[in-house]
Amino acid sequence: MAKVVVVTSGKGGVGKTTSTAALGAALALNGQKVVVVDFDVGLRNLDLVMGAERRVVYDLVTVAQGNAKLNQALIRDKRVENLALLPASQTRDKDALSEKGLARVIKELRAQFDWVICDSPAGIERGAMMAMRHADAAIIVTNPEVSSVRDSDRIIGLLDAKTEKAAKGERVEKYLLITRYDQARAGRGEMLKTDDVLDILSVPLLGIIPESEQVLRASNLGQPVTLANPLSAPARAYNDAARRLLGDIVALNVPNERFNLLGRIFGGRAA
Amino acid sequence: MKLFALFKRRETQPGTAPVARERLQVLLAHERASPRQPNLLGALKDEIIEAITRHVSVKPEAVKVKIERRAAISILRIAVNIPA
Repeated sequence: MAKVVVVTSGKGGVGKTTSTAALGAALALNGQKVVVVDFDVGLRNLDLVMGAERRVVYDLVTVAQGNAKLNQALIRDKRVENLALLPASQTRDKDALSEKGLARVIKELRAQFDWVICDSPAGIERGAMMAMRHADAAIIVTNPEVSSVRDSDRIIGLLDAKTEKAAKGERVEKYLLITRYDQARAGRGEMLKTDDVLDILSVPLLGIIPESEQVLRASNLGQPVTLANPLSAPARAYNDAARRLLGDIVALNVPNERFNLLGRIFGGRAA
Repeated sequence: MKLFALFKRRETQPGTAPVARERLQVLLAHERASPRQPNLLGALKDEIIEAITRHVSVKPEAVKVKIERRAAISILRIAVNIPA
C-alpha cells in the first residue's frame, strides 16, 4: 500500500529539499516505486536539485486544476528506474492549488507509487499545510540549533492537529531527521547533541546526516547526494534512513568522512 | 605569542550547547502549555453571534467584535445593535 510522507521543518534552509531528493533516490534504488512532489508553489527547487529543471512542462497545480494529466506532468528520472518527480508551478498565486484538486492528485499518485514524498515549503502557511494534509507519515528535518528545534516543535503540533489523519482521530507517524550534524562540535559541547534534540522533541529518530561538503557538490550537479556519491558520509546516512523507512533495523551511527578523506588523499597521490 | 593566545582562548571557551538545551526546554514548555490561537477573534465572534442569535433575532452584521491589545491586558469589545 502506498505511503504518503511529508518532509517538513517549519524553518527554511535546514535541508528539506536535499533530504527529499536523497531519500527518494535511496528508496528507488531499493526497488521501491517513488515519486517526489514539490509543494513549494511559486518557489520550486526540487526540480533543480534533482537535475530535471529543463524537463518541466506541467506541474502539480496544472494537474490539480485538471489542465494536464498526471502522466504528462510526471518527470521520470533518467538515472534511477522507479523514480519520478512532480514539480511545483512557478505561479505566484499561492491559492492556485485547490484542496479538492490536490486530494485527487494524491489519490492518483497513491495508485501508481509505493512512496509519495512531499517536499514541504518552509513556514506554517497554506503551502506547508497542504503538503502535510494527506500525509501518513512525516519526516521532520531539524538542525541541531535552537531556532530549528523550536520550529520543529511547532510543526509537530500542527501535524497532530491539522492533517487528514488528525481529523479522523488517527496519528501521523513522525520521524526526526537531524541534518548538518557535526559530531566533533557536539562532542565538545558546542552544538546540541542528538540526545538533546530527541529529549526536547520526543519524536523517534530516523537518521543523523553529518554536515558535509558532498551535499553542496551534489546539488551543484543536480543529483541527489545518494546518487552523486553513494559512498560519501551523507549518502550512507540517507541510505540508512531510507532502509529504516522500509522497516529494516539499521544500527545508528553517524557516518564520518574519514575513510573517504584518506581515500581521496591517497587517490590524489596516486594520480 | 599571538597564535598561542588564540589557541588558549579557544581551549577555555566553554561549550554553549547546555545553555541552548536549557533555553529550549523552558521556552517549549511554555509554548506547549499556551498554544497560540491564530484565529481567536474569529472564533470568539462566531460563538458570540451564535449565542446572541439564540436569544434575540439579529443579523450577524449587527454584531461587532473587537480586541484591543495592550501591554498587560487585552480588551474585548462587543457591540450589538438590537432592533427595537
